[in-house]
Amino acid sequence: MTLLNDFHFLYLGFHIHLLLLIISVEQIQGGDILAAVHAFRGGVHPKHNKNTDVLPSIKLDDFHEVEILLHQHIGPPCRSVVKPGDYVYVGTLVGAADHPMAVPIHSSVSGTVREIHYVVSPNGNPIEAVRIESDAKFRVDPAISPPHVETKQDFLDMVRASGMVGLGGAAFPTHIKLNPPKGKEPDVLLINAAECEPYITSDYRQMSEHPDEIVDGILEIMRWLNIPKAIIGFEDNKPLVHRIFTHEIAKRVYKTGAKLPIDVRSLKTIYPQGAEKMLIYSLTKRRVPPGKLPHDVGVLVLNVSTVRFLGYYMRHGIPLTRRRITLDGSALNAPGNFNVPIGARIKDLIDAAGGTCEEPQKIIMGGAMMGVALDRIDCGIIKANNAILVFGSKEAKIPAESPCIRCGRCVAVCPMGLMPTGIDVSTRSRDVEGLEFFRVMDCIECGCCTYSCPSKRFLTQSIKNGKVLVRAELTRRANEKKLLEESEKKASGKEVPSDLK
Amino acid sequence: MKLQVSNSPHVRDDITTSSIMRDVVIALMPATVFSGYMFGLRAILMVLVSVLSCLVFEYVSRKIMKRNNTLYDMSALVTGILLALNMPANLPFYMLILAAFFAIVVVKQFFGGLGNNFVNPAIAARIFLVISFPKYMSTWTVRSGTFNFFDSLKGADLVSSATPLAGMADLVSSATPAMDVSSLVIGHKDDLPSLLSMFLGERAGSIGEVSILALLIGAAYLFARKVITPAIPVAYLGSFTLLVLLFGHSPIYDVLSSDTFSWSLLANAFYEPAYMLCSGGIVLGAFFMATDYVTSPLTNKGRVIFGIGCGLLTFLMRYYSNMPGGVSFAIILMNILTPHIDRVTMKKPFGGLAHERR
Repeated sequence: MTLLNDFHFLYLGFHIHLLLLIISVEQIQGGDILAAVHAFRGGVHPKHNKNTDVLPSIKLDDFHEVEILLHQHIGPPCRSVVKPGDYVYVGTLVGAADHPMAVPIHSSVSGTVREIHYVVSPNGNPIEAVRIESDAKFRVDPAISPPHVETKQDFLDMVRASGMVGLGGAAFPTHIKLNPPKGKEPDVLLINAAECEPYITSDYRQMSEHPDEIVDGILEIMRWLNIPKAIIGFEDNKPLVHRIFTHEIAKRVYKTGAKLPIDVRSLKTIYPQGAEKMLIYSLTKRRVPPGKLPHDVGVLVLNVSTVRFLGYYMRHGIPLTRRRITLDGSALNAPGNFNVPIGARIKDLIDAAGGTCEEPQKIIMGGAMMGVALDRIDCGIIKANNAILVFGSKEAKIPAESPCIRCGRCVAVCPMGLMPTGIDVSTRSRDVEGLEFFRVMDCIECGCCTYSCPSKRFLTQSIKNGKVLVRAELTRRANEKKLLEESEKKASGKEVPSDLK
Repeated sequence: MKLQVSNSPHVRDDITTSSIMRDVVIALMPATVFSGYMFGLRAILMVLVSVLSCLVFEYVSRKIMKRNNTLYDMSALVTGILLALNMPANLPFYMLILAAFFAIVVVKQFFGGLGNNFVNPAIAARIFLVISFPKYMSTWTVRSGTFNFFDSLKGADLVSSATPLAGMADLVSSATPAMDVSSLVIGHKDDLPSLLSMFLGERAGSIGEVSILALLIGAAYLFARKVITPAIPVAYLGSFTLLVLLFGHSPIYDVLSSDTFSWSLLANAFYEPAYMLCSGGIVLGAFFMATDYVTSPLTNKGRVIFGIGCGLLTFLMRYYSNMPGGVSFAIILMNILTPHIDRVTMKKPFGGLAHERR
């Protein structure tokens, strides 16, 4: 018995030893690549389908004409400053930003303006657009020169003049992001390189091809906004990113001798790791409350492509006129990443990229989880457009809905901690109080619930409809209150004098 | 070019309602096959009759109500198998068909079909039979004699025994309404089937509940396929075990506080909960009935509360009531509480609640 006991303790000791060994190995290796951070709860694992990550991006210039929408950011649209017949260069202003939230829009080709007309945007709204016939020469506007920055205000003006918006998909004006209200200055800059959407690899190509410009951009922002630290967060299904950036940073450290305060950190591959709030939590353990912005928790988050464009602009001064875009999907002959002028029609883009091998059934602007399904493909791509997915008949199939079996998968996967099935029921019964009870407005519309639903219910659609209902109700309440106040004022206006008398 | 337009997301997981139900059917197969071995071909015939009548009732009732056909989702198939597995081997077929009618038409379709029933159809139908035909529902039998195809099919080789302790021999052991066992565990250990044969299933009982091994194999499959989460079974069996340990017939503190402490005494203290877990339908209930999505809570926290409630109620009914089927009543009572559990276990949203934000 004692022998057995002794042996047992020996065994336990051995285990502890092993554990210590593992921990020390992890510390020696830096622990960065080994210890993938996954902090937020929920999330799903769609098939990555990163089919195009090893293919170098191809520059496509062969477009007969481009159609540049004059509203490519969150905020009021731009005013057109060209007229038909004008000759424009690459980088010539075509849409002026009058409102402080607006971002100017530039021509992406050199050629002649043919038409300024209204088109239907991918979201279904009428938008003014400038149609420019390309002369295929891509002559850069002679007035363009690399920007000269001396103060923070110069920097912000320059960012705005460059036409920069969030290139990850949201198209939020960057100059607004870089200028948080007083007292909410960020103490850390997060670079979103997670690219958690299936199919899309445009950010990854950006990182592989232009790490120098990305680090330039990061350093510029840190310098002008006085941010002491930056963290690049990437998903661990792209391990090369770690090597790319550590190499780039090491090169600079060798050159200048000064240490760079840039951290490269690996995150667990789980959708939606790249969602702003999830990324902030995974990297800094700070929670952005619903309805608040990253600067409320002292964080600035920028997409890696946005930062790269900043680095590029600081070198060359050419405004945002081109972007990398992933073309993928089973209906395409040759999926890949393409460097294309903004405003190139999706139709032309698909043809220029190799055409289709079967009749496309569904074409998506953006990613497979959050993108918009298009009903026509003659519109031009916009600044925030990181992918076009061309689905054949197999991928495009929409499964039939069946009744909710209350399995709780949507509840388990929701990264925001909501109950999508409750929201679904409330929306379908137009129960606004129920929608508010289930906090429909907190939803980030990542699509995890719909993805995981075995009954194939359109939960995200229901949630979007629910938001519309709640907004309508809030407006109605506000109007009611206003009318009530007015009528009270009137009533008191009549009565008060008589009382005074 | 004709393009499809739909809301995001544009990719979906492969899992479907019918794939989940198919997994449950597969998970129930070991227990079903074992019931054939233990109770003869009549048991298999019972499963077939139950399944067929469930499918027919589902189809006809949907047809009469002018609703779409839902046979493809396989939920009626699962109900049919579970229903049969919860019945004694010599139950007349007309009762089985009546139970199927009650489960599918009254409990499920009257309330709106799959997803809208507020209690588990199979359990409700079992309780319906327990109340309507208590004699048949508490007559436990096992197979005896040599195998004969037609006898086996008719159930003629089933030795029935109304009293739990009658005719106990190796295979022809019949015991179990669990409450009888509990009072006998201590004094008559030698008269009862051994713990091992209880675990393997060589005992009398409802046809699907007897083999713990077969049920655990099925449960392992469900866990592996991520059809069920451990919350409910672990909370259910764990709380039940704890309650038996603390308040059973040989409570653990008696052992620990006795002057003559020995390991074998401690092992004895665990004998009762182990025996209680292997008897009656608690394992079948914990893994296959309590985990029914429709009638259990949505969140993990709620599921733990649900499981603990089931464990507590099962314990109370087994030890303090004189009715068999504590598991069924426990689960159905917790089913009814599910909406309330859901309400109090709402998940906390990311970033905090509105009143906490201020």
